[in-house]
This record gives sequence, structure tokens and C-alpha cells, in this order.
Amino acid sequence: MKALIATAKGLLTFDIAPNIEPEMEEVHFIGLAVNMVYVDERTNRWWAGVAHKHWGQKLHFSDDNGKTWHETAVPSFRGLVMPDGKKAKLRQIWCMQHGGVDKPDHLWLGTDPGGLFHSIDNGHSFQLVKGLWDHPSRMKEGQWFGAGSDYPFIHSIVVDSSDSNHVYVAISCAGVFETKDYGKTWAPKNKGLKATYLPTSNVEVGHDPHQLLHFKKNPKILWQQNHCGVFYSSNGGDQWEDVSVDQGYPNYGFSIAIDEEDPAKAWVIPVESDEKRIAPELSLSVFQTNNFGKTWKSVSEGLPRGFTFEIVLRQAFTKKNNIFLFGTTNGNLYYSLGEDILWKNISSHLAKVNAVYLH
Amino acid sequence: MAKVKFTAALKRFFPSLDEIEVEGDSVQEVITGVNKKFPGITNYILEEDGSLRKHVNIFLENDMISDRDNLSDQVKSNDQILIFQALSGG
Repeated sequence: MKALIATAKGLLTFDIAPNIEPEMEEVHFIGLAVNMVYVDERTNRWWAGVAHKHWGQKLHFSDDNGKTWHETAVPSFRGLVMPDGKKAKLRQIWCMQHGGVDKPDHLWLGTDPGGLFHSIDNGHSFQLVKGLWDHPSRMKEGQWFGAGSDYPFIHSIVVDSSDSNHVYVAISCAGVFETKDYGKTWAPKNKGLKATYLPTSNVEVGHDPHQLLHFKKNPKILWQQNHCGVFYSSNGGDQWEDVSVDQGYPNYGFSIAIDEEDPAKAWVIPVESDEKRIAPELSLSVFQTNNFGKTWKSVSEGLPRGFTFEIVLRQAFTKKNNIFLFGTTNGNLYYSLGEDILWKNISSHLAKVNAVYLH
Repeated sequence: MAKVKFTAALKRFFPSLDEIEVEGDSVQEVITGVNKKFPGITNYILEEDGSLRKHVNIFLENDMISDRDNLSDQVKSNDQILIFQALSGG
């Protein structure tokens, strides 16, 4: 299986297969910060978001597994203003998702500031989804606001595998929003979440999901790693259940992975706390649940113990079939292959890992 | 015609980029002319609202341009323009 690793100094590819040591195959955009990687499984088109220090955010695609890359137009906020009166400008491309197998050439794209964009020409152009941009909550202070960034941003897009008109996005900070009419109208889906950093924790809008995933075989099942814990929903986000461990791990963190076959299984890589963005108790740890978060166990064999300061960002952990893969803020890359999780280090010499993708 | 020079850093993305002469009475007009010869280069130099990117500088003769929002600084024939990125660490 091909592993694509988006780092602060380039996009790397590795081949991961049984009984061989993964080796780096290629480096793309060497020396440049790659902050988003996505593969459109319908067309095998690779997408890469490249964040230049001086020249702004760019978007590239490849139709030949990275042999050649083509730059395409980035989404534009031209003519739009933020609630604080400043001009809206594209700062970062966070995520992409294809529009469904029944909508070829359709793509979704999420950005900082919090814009959702839609393409109907396979990414040659993008249009702002006005239904979400014009949602009344976006203009209200304390409902949409920045966290770790000046403005809120859209980092997760989930397209219902059984109905491509049904889409969720997750926004830091605002929360989870849902459309059932292909983006025309949107509604918040945050009941049961906690926003303990606000005066009132159970607000309708103002939450901080860090990553949102759905179980494709039953799209009603959603998981999220949130600023305020790990949450699970069995009813399409109508109600969220807090399944984190009070005064323990997992609780705070950024990344989450779920199983393709068993909706009760999920994995998270906790961070010590909001105040201490380090590995929990200075040991990088992965936690697994087999029962919808009722109980969690550490599955960290093979990971370094003690004096480990690195963490795993929200798009830097993934699972596909029996391969788990994550990269850290210190440039370590780990994988596990097989039924029983046993972590092995692929490299300790990379730049900060922003995102990983298994294809 | 103004003479326009570029930072070597841009050559990575526009391999044929070299010093060129471009017509224009303002920096904005000159940049528009540069983009005709090297399509897409304005997306690297300018923000989507047409202002100069925060970490990009343009020197007109020996002075940095004063109007970073609209690039209205006046350009005389034979003026030299240098487009380069702010120096940074890391």
C-alpha cells in the first residue's frame, strides 16, 4: 500500500507491505511545506496543498502517481469580508473530499478562513458554498471563532456514502454542520458536545471538533476527537455521547481513526492536555476501544517510553485495512501492520508531519 | 519600459523567468505586464485582492514601494524594479 506523508519540508511516499521494511520512494515539493494530501479514489488523482512561506497557498494534482504535478487555481474569497471587517483571504487549504461516486468531477474543499468550496470540474475551479458561508451563526462573535488560528477553519468533510447530497463538515471553532440538500442549507449538529472553554458548555454553535469521521457501512455512526474529549454518535449527529476518560486518557487530542468493518472500534492518540501539548506523561500512546468507547486500552507496544514531547496532528493518523500509520510533530513516522498492533518506526528524521494518507 | 528583476526563488516555479522589460506607468500595470509573459505569477506575488503578499517586497529603483495595497507607485521609463521575498529563518 502506498503511504503519502505531507511534511513541513515536502511530500514523501513510502510503500508498506508485509515482510519488507518500508523505504522512501519519492520526495515531491522538496523543501516546501505540504499541508494537505488527498487521493480521489474514483480517479486515482493525487492532490497536494502546498503552503509557501512567501507565495501563499497553492494546490497541485497528479494523475500519474506523482510523476508529474499540475498547479490549479486555489479557491478565492475575493470581494468577501470577515465578521471583523477585514478582507477575507485564503490562508490555508485544510481538506478535500470527493462529491460521491454518483457525482463524477465533483469535489468539496475546506479552508482557513472557514469556507467550504465546491468544484464541478474536477478541481479546475472552486465556488464558495454560500449556504454555509451565509449561515447566521458565522457572523456571531462567540459562535464561529479561531482556535490556534485567527479565524475558524474547516478541517473535516464527510460525505454520506449512501447519499451524496448529505454532507457534514467540522469547523474549529463552530462545530459540526450538516446539509441534506447538497449544500444549499446547513444546520448545526452539536447536541451532547461540550465546550468547556465557553461560559456555557452546551451551546448550539461554538464547539471545537478536531477531527470528524464516519463509518461508511452505516453513515449514522460518527466519531470525533474534540477539544473537549472523544465523542461518538449513533444517529447521524442528532446526539453525541462523551466517551472520553475523565481525569485520564484518552481525552484531549487531535487525531482519531476508526475501523472499516466494526463500528465499535476506534483509535486515538491523546495529548497531555490543552495546556500541555505534549505526549501524555511524556510517552507517545495509542488507545483503542472495541465497544463504542465504553472502555479503552493502550495499544502502544513499540512506541518510545518517556521524555517524548511530540504529538500527532489531526490529519497525521490513519488506518486502512490492517495498516495503521501516523507521523509526529517531531518528524517521526510509525506504522503497524497486522492483526495485533505493534508499532515500528519508519523514520526519525523527517520534518513535522502535517498529514498522512494510505492509498 | 521598466526593467524588472526577480528573486531566484521564483525561478523554481517559473523556470524561464529572467529579467524583462515591461510597459507600465504604475507598479500595478507593470505586474500585469509581467503576468502576460509569465501567466500565473501574480498569484505568487499578490494576494487575491490584488495587494502585495505580506512577505514579498518590491523595490522601485532604491526604495520599497509605498502602496502595497494598490501598487499605485508611479513608474518612469528605464526605472528598475526588483521583486523579491522577505528573508526569513527556518
